[in-house]
Amino acid sequence: QDNRISIWSAGDLGNAGLNGEYHGEPHLLCDIQHNGDVMDMQFLDQERIVVASSTGTVTIFRHHPNNQTLSADHRWEKAHYHVDQDTSCGGAACTGVVCNNPEIVTVGEDGRINLFRADQKDAVRTIDNADSSTLHAVTFLRTTEILTVNSIGQLKIWDLRQQRNEPSQIFSLAGDRVPLHCVDRHPNQQHIVATGGQDGMLSIWDIRQGTMPVSLLNAHEAEMWEVHFHPSDPDHLFTCSEDGSLWHWDTSTNVSEKPSFLHQGGRSTAYLSHSTINQSVVSAWLSNDPTKDRMEITNLIPNQTLSVNSLDVLGPCLVYGTDAEAIYVNRQLFA
Amino acid sequence: MDELDTEPPLVVVPGADPSARQLCFAWGPAEVLVCETLFGRAGGAGAAAQALTSSVAGTGDGAPSSSRVFVVRRDQDIYIQTLRKLFNESHGIFMGLQRSEEELAGKSRKAQLVQVSKNYRSVIRACMEDMHQAAISTRDPALQGQYSTQVSILSAMELIWNLCEILFVEAATAGPLLLRLLDWVRLHVCDVDSMVREVLSSESPSKHKLFWNVVDVFVLQGRMDEARHLLSKEASANPTSMNMYKILDDLMKKMPVPSLGNTQTLTELELKWQHWHEECQRYLQDGTFASNPHMESICKILLGDEDAILEKKELMTTWYHFLVTRLLYSHPTVKPVELRFYAQSSMDLFLGGESSPEPLDMILMAAFEFEMHQVIKECSIVLSNWWFVAHLTDLLDHCKLLQSHNLYFGSNMREFLLLEYASGLFSHHSLWQLGVDYFDHCPEYGRVYLELHIERIPLSTEQKALKVLRICEQRQMHEQVRSICKIMAMKALRNNRLGSALSWSIRAKDAAFATLISDRFLKDYCERGCFSDLDLIDNLGPSMLLSDRLTFLGKYREFHRLYGEKRFPEAARLLLTLMTAHIAPCSFWMTLLTDALPLLEQKEVIFSAEQTYELMRCLEDLTAGNPNKQKFQDDDIETTKVEMLRLALARNLARVIVKEGTVEGS
Repeated sequence: QDNRISIWSAGDLGNAGLNGEYHGEPHLLCDIQHNGDVMDMQFLDQERIVVASSTGTVTIFRHHPNNQTLSADHRWEKAHYHVDQDTSCGGAACTGVVCNNPEIVTVGEDGRINLFRADQKDAVRTIDNADSSTLHAVTFLRTTEILTVNSIGQLKIWDLRQQRNEPSQIFSLAGDRVPLHCVDRHPNQQHIVATGGQDGMLSIWDIRQGTMPVSLLNAHEAEMWEVHFHPSDPDHLFTCSEDGSLWHWDTSTNVSEKPSFLHQGGRSTAYLSHSTINQSVVSAWLSNDPTKDRMEITNLIPNQTLSVNSLDVLGPCLVYGTDAEAIYVNRQLFA
Repeated sequence: MDELDTEPPLVVVPGADPSARQLCFAWGPAEVLVCETLFGRAGGAGAAAQALTSSVAGTGDGAPSSSRVFVVRRDQDIYIQTLRKLFNESHGIFMGLQRSEEELAGKSRKAQLVQVSKNYRSVIRACMEDMHQAAISTRDPALQGQYSTQVSILSAMELIWNLCEILFVEAATAGPLLLRLLDWVRLHVCDVDSMVREVLSSESPSKHKLFWNVVDVFVLQGRMDEARHLLSKEASANPTSMNMYKILDDLMKKMPVPSLGNTQTLTELELKWQHWHEECQRYLQDGTFASNPHMESICKILLGDEDAILEKKELMTTWYHFLVTRLLYSHPTVKPVELRFYAQSSMDLFLGGESSPEPLDMILMAAFEFEMHQVIKECSIVLSNWWFVAHLTDLLDHCKLLQSHNLYFGSNMREFLLLEYASGLFSHHSLWQLGVDYFDHCPEYGRVYLELHIERIPLSTEQKALKVLRICEQRQMHEQVRSICKIMAMKALRNNRLGSALSWSIRAKDAAFATLISDRFLKDYCERGCFSDLDLIDNLGPSMLLSDRLTFLGKYREFHRLYGEKRFPEAARLLLTLMTAHIAPCSFWMTLLTDALPLLEQKEVIFSAEQTYELMRCLEDLTAGNPNKQKFQDDDIETTKVEMLRLALARNLARVIVKEGTVEGS
């Protein structure tokens, strides 16, 4: 198998020299061989990328912009593995990785959580058998707390400061324990978490209260592979799925609903009603009233065929990749 | 069985030596397994028994070596990196075609199909471009050779496809037919492009030694405007021939060509053309161009003089170019059915008995003769991959051009080719996903093929397994779902991932496996005295109902929790239900009763009289069940336990009778 990590240029504004076209196709800058399937990857900092492999290895690659090459900086072999060596390779896929420079947290099919530091050879901490099922994704809740989702429909909070190998809190779906595949936290309001399930359902959780999701939104017809809040505009959420669609969830249309007596009168508004403050602070994601709060949902893919496996969003750019071996870049998301 | 059209190609398997060991083989879905047997080739072929004994002895020719297995795959093309784009993009076009509505009839449907054909061709061209880039940039000469071969194969494919598009899909009629053929030739005969560029970019083109060659090329390809433009340069450089030039230029300008719109009928065109032809004839016979042999030959070409055209063989390079030029200058209103005669004679004249036609020539000839089946058959033989014929046949089928040509084993040609192509895709570790969609659109055998292939995809990660499962579930292939989930669950179980195993059995609704997992848990509990993976058991939810054993496990854990929270009456009731409702497996009853012991020994009376009687009954059932089973050693422990239980039950009964008999407040 020939898998590669590649860096592409999607046509920078200033760089017309490369192919002269502003809206040109993304073109390949450099790539490097990778052992095993790439299960997840994230930028550690401007130059380094952490990649999770299906062989259970976690690698840091460094991008050298001056000569446009990639090199493997550091590798943690067997970060994830199965104990029984009788099975074919004993390797377990590393399914998720999240970075908060210099810390790197990885989770895998072996139910293990690893905490690495970018400059240290061995893992700083390993929680063996953190979960009896596969951990599908991980994200940071706070700097010392992480969230994981697993294949029996549970969302767990782990406090890394504590030495015990137990989650500090467990949330689960009501009803069927459908596996959860992805998780993301609201960028500003840390108690709001979104997860996507195997049945394509999007769940919004408020981790301050209760152990069950606040809302369940019937979304895709097949596994939801990734969910992302827009980092700078969190009223927007993006999900992609095995059924080949990529949905853009937009709750920002609620703005018009907010009371506007702030603008009344000619005088400056020193008066702010207490309830207004509350209303504007409570996120649209948590409110349940369908009549008051409209959510606009659009499918961004016109003719869908094969699965959309992964997406990422930053500013006005959206990039996603499909099983048809194609990468799409949308540079005018909110136009 | 039909006769073979060609000799089967010889494939040498590197490393397999039939002279050293006997080889055997077995067919797989897309490959052949060849393996070395234990039998060496000792002695002559006739002494079979002798060969047998010598091999059984094992020392035939030295130490017995381990047998090797060779996997022989026919279709190598799917592993070429640059062709992956071709497969993926064409898959998208194929799906679009299948889904396009048939309600559009007549012209718009035809336009749609032509667009699809053009899309396929642009994908081929894009691939050619990539392959060409790869060929230029690689240093390895072997690779370079391989890429160059691929480029020429792709170029030939596009040539054939383009011709099929003109003749079959678009079904161009007399008039537009010639224009399309001209475009076709201009696009594909590009050996002369570099010469053209050279002359055009030189400072004074008319002085260039290849100037007249380029003018001839333009004339042969019917590019009148460009020819006239060049000639004007010559004329301005050479004022003496101004007169000749003017006449020639005029003739070329006036040449009637078929138009695409309906501005003129064929008869009108023919009349005009006839007039024009006579005019050219007159000028030639008057000797107007006698002083300039170049211009004279151009005039002859304009008149359709075969010999004059044939003189320019090197500029045309192929017989089909010759054909189109001939048609342009002698029969511009050629009808599609007449093509075959001109094609045959053109090929004969051009090749002139010096060389024999190549496979590509035969394919194009078959196309000109409108023998679609022949085209497809020849292409299948020549090309190493089913991609081309599968997609072309599918398109022609959508044009309703192929009658259901039933092959001897029942399915029609389109389906056969699609099945072959898709099966080839399945042997690839990632292109198999495309194959699924192709099978979906084979109405007769597609499903069966899919069922057989999908179980053989190696499931290296859970994500891959999930994708395969989703495909099976969408097509209601329940057998395959169960089988795949069982494989994954078994793997998980072996790796001690009980939660994963449970999650797979829930997906497949596999009660038997859930029972297996629960038994594992219970076994662990009996051995260690505590539960592993509490996060799983505590949170089973509705999936608990999948199997009785699983329900028991959940409830048993609940019992432990209630006990831990000191909610003894509830715990007691639960325990009793577990035994009386027969949810608990018999092997576990002893454990349950032993668990009841501390409850019986509590200061407070927990079990009521009824409950105590029930417990006693359970105990009797248990002990009565196996009178002779236990060995002598076990007897001690077992009998002690039973005795203790009996004592505790009796004491409890005593206390509870007293308690229940006491009247309150007296």
